[in-house]
Amino acid sequence: MKIDATQPLEYGTEENRNKIFGFWLFMGAEIALFATLFTVYFVLVDRFASGPSGADLFVIGPVLAETFILLTSSFTIGLAVHSMRLGLKKQMMIFMVITLVLGAAFLGIEIYEFFHYVHEGAAITTSAFTSSLLTLLGTHGAHVTFGLLWGTAILLQVRKYGLDHKTANKSFIFSLYWHFLDVVWIFIFSFVYLKGLM
Amino acid sequence: MKWDEFFVTGDPLIYGAMVSIVLVSLAILVGLTYFKKWGYLWREWLTTVDHKKIGVMYILAALIMLFRGGVDAVMMRAQTSMPDMKFLDGQHYNEIFTTHGVIMILFMAMPFIFGLMNVIIPLQIGARDVAFPRLNAISFWLFFAGAMLFNISFVIGGSPDAGWSAYFPLAGIEFSPHVGNNYYSLALQISGIGTLMTGLNFIVTIMKMRAPGMTLMKMPMFTWSVLITSVIIIFAFPVLTVALLLMMFDRQFGTQFFTMQNGGMDMLWANLFWVWGHPEVYIVVLPAFGIFSEIISTFAKKNLYGYKSMVISMLVISGLSFLVWAHHFYTMGQGAMVNGFFSITTMAIAVPTGVKIFNWLFTLHKGRIEFTTPMLYSLAFIPIFTIGGVTGVMLAMASADYQYHNTMFLVAHFHYVLIPGTVFAVIAGFHYWFPKVFGFRLNERRGKTAFWFIIISFNVTFFPLFFLGLQGMTRRMYTYSEETGFGPLNMLSMVGAIGLTIGFILLVYNIYWSTRYEPRDTTGDPWDGRSLEWSMPSPVPVYNFAVVPEITKRDEFWFAKQEGKSLSDKKIEKIHMPSNSGKPFILGIAFFFLGFFVVFSWWTPAIVAGIAVLLTMAAMSFDRDDGYYIPVEEVVQSEKRLRGERV
Repeated sequence: MKIDATQPLEYGTEENRNKIFGFWLFMGAEIALFATLFTVYFVLVDRFASGPSGADLFVIGPVLAETFILLTSSFTIGLAVHSMRLGLKKQMMIFMVITLVLGAAFLGIEIYEFFHYVHEGAAITTSAFTSSLLTLLGTHGAHVTFGLLWGTAILLQVRKYGLDHKTANKSFIFSLYWHFLDVVWIFIFSFVYLKGLM
Repeated sequence: MKWDEFFVTGDPLIYGAMVSIVLVSLAILVGLTYFKKWGYLWREWLTTVDHKKIGVMYILAALIMLFRGGVDAVMMRAQTSMPDMKFLDGQHYNEIFTTHGVIMILFMAMPFIFGLMNVIIPLQIGARDVAFPRLNAISFWLFFAGAMLFNISFVIGGSPDAGWSAYFPLAGIEFSPHVGNNYYSLALQISGIGTLMTGLNFIVTIMKMRAPGMTLMKMPMFTWSVLITSVIIIFAFPVLTVALLLMMFDRQFGTQFFTMQNGGMDMLWANLFWVWGHPEVYIVVLPAFGIFSEIISTFAKKNLYGYKSMVISMLVISGLSFLVWAHHFYTMGQGAMVNGFFSITTMAIAVPTGVKIFNWLFTLHKGRIEFTTPMLYSLAFIPIFTIGGVTGVMLAMASADYQYHNTMFLVAHFHYVLIPGTVFAVIAGFHYWFPKVFGFRLNERRGKTAFWFIIISFNVTFFPLFFLGLQGMTRRMYTYSEETGFGPLNMLSMVGAIGLTIGFILLVYNIYWSTRYEPRDTTGDPWDGRSLEWSMPSPVPVYNFAVVPEITKRDEFWFAKQEGKSLSDKKIEKIHMPSNSGKPFILGIAFFFLGFFVVFSWWTPAIVAGIAVLLTMAAMSFDRDDGYYIPVEEVVQSEKRLRGERV
């Protein structure tokens, strides 16, 4: 395995560079996936039948909290990668932990919100609108959940093996994934919640 | 779910199938134990990450699926061969036309193409393996898990019966209450994830792992076609993922996406399905174009005519493939403007396709043509595919389509496109690259006999369907009365179907015969080929290239042969290889059980299987295996042995 010392650790080997390129392609597929879910949502958004509509359902408070929490976690994962580039293992792990805790907090509020919706009479079975809304949010939430598991696994590896070209590569790719989830959330926040509240 | 509904009962054909499944499984188990092959199977195949072996497994699975789908087809033809036939009932007929479609497209055509891609692409671009060998194994085992899940449906629980396009509301829980369509949503989902990973893997492989000097415009045409196909996969398959997820939610969690009340919209399914479904057609046909380009140029002994226009037309086709989906349902009332738009985009696809056809003809022009078996399939492809293409333009005209829609005319059209386009291509590619993998050719005389059987029977089977369609016979019709007058042409089609069956049996018999009697090829280049894969000894050693060649122009190997120059005279160094891993296989099994339990809505075991999936993935993440090195002496030894005196 040839390690190129002129590159950052996560880009150091050919395999690492391929993995990062491959993950960008994977995010291309993820964009297609979320684009399809958004399309389904836009097609069905006015089809709430006898159930509640978005305006009846959405409350800005918890959504705003979710948004700030997730945006902050995007910042902290950036700091984690920055620390990693400086070779500060302990600092990097602290920022990773903060990121994951914020992710868990986001997820907690989202689960609370889902209970709230069901309580308001907007179960996933109620109407085409609620089905598409909860599937879109749920898919994003499932991605965050997977991210928490994945991030924890990477954290354990960094603790065990330190920052080498493998763990650095994984952490960097994880950070790409985490930023991507943030971008998707911005779209959800703007086009689902803000538009729905209008 | 009642236990007495678990197995499909009451049909002697199904009982026969059950008995044969049990007998074949027992025979395999006993055989493996008796010949002490368990260790060999595990070490050499189930855990392999070698792209060549994964390719062989894809092709083997595809051949088995070809016969499974073929049996469905013959049963359909038998049932419609005479008026008021009583061979199958309506339900059974619905199930077999559904499984025939799904299996032939997703579990035969795609894996066959993926098999050829796996074997050949790294060899054509001078790479030692694909970019992510273990991910490649995962792709295969996910495909295999999905295929097996789909195939057990006809004995356990019942097969899907709403057509391969599974239109709602028919495929919904109200009109298809049994588990058949759950199998559809889950089996396709699992194999679809594998397909997506294959697409990703091959883009990275082709973009990043080419031999030094091989710029994009110096790549062989098959490599180009696979690159473009992989891009289509990346953008098309996520749409299928979402569509199948929503289907599963509608059927199993009572959501309202495609229902007829509470705001649901059944047409949304048709749109989502075809936004994936039409690019899917190009996913199976573009690599086929690549295969034909290789074969025609090799056996015409000329370089490919119009290389640049070939590449551009494939790019145009891939772009247009996302803009034509509504032509599958002109009659569903979306209005003149929409139909007009999709009419034009659909007809526009004929232009780049026509460019390709003429390029092949010009490649043949003044060539010294050798009529080998792969070349015969390629030559037959051109006129037959053109018939399919021209009838496609007829169907593309929205107003005329009201006459043809969902008739046997359509069935004839897409068989005339997909069989010459894809099936002939994979058979041709199979004959062409077989010696590269196994070290001997398939017997030419027997291959040509099979070719003539297949080519004539194909036309006898499908040409009558054009006329049946114009006379008004609709597709998916399980029986008809004598007064319709459909009888004679259907009987003719049945005769053709029998001929096709014989042709495919001859093809497989040829594999057996050639394995036993065909002389071994010692040159590594039995066809006098042009691209890099022929510069290596056959069968190809595990590390592929002892030294990676430098590329200066297209068809480098061909010109090196003319000039008597060697591509492999650089110094041999130690070679880094990935280690085998059993985890992709275990992941496939875990996914199979996850899918199976979700089909029957058995949530507790499904959660256990889901955790098994996550744990296997975690185990892969924690695995820090860096592979191993093959020392220089070993490479030198094996090169000497494989090349005889040539080194």
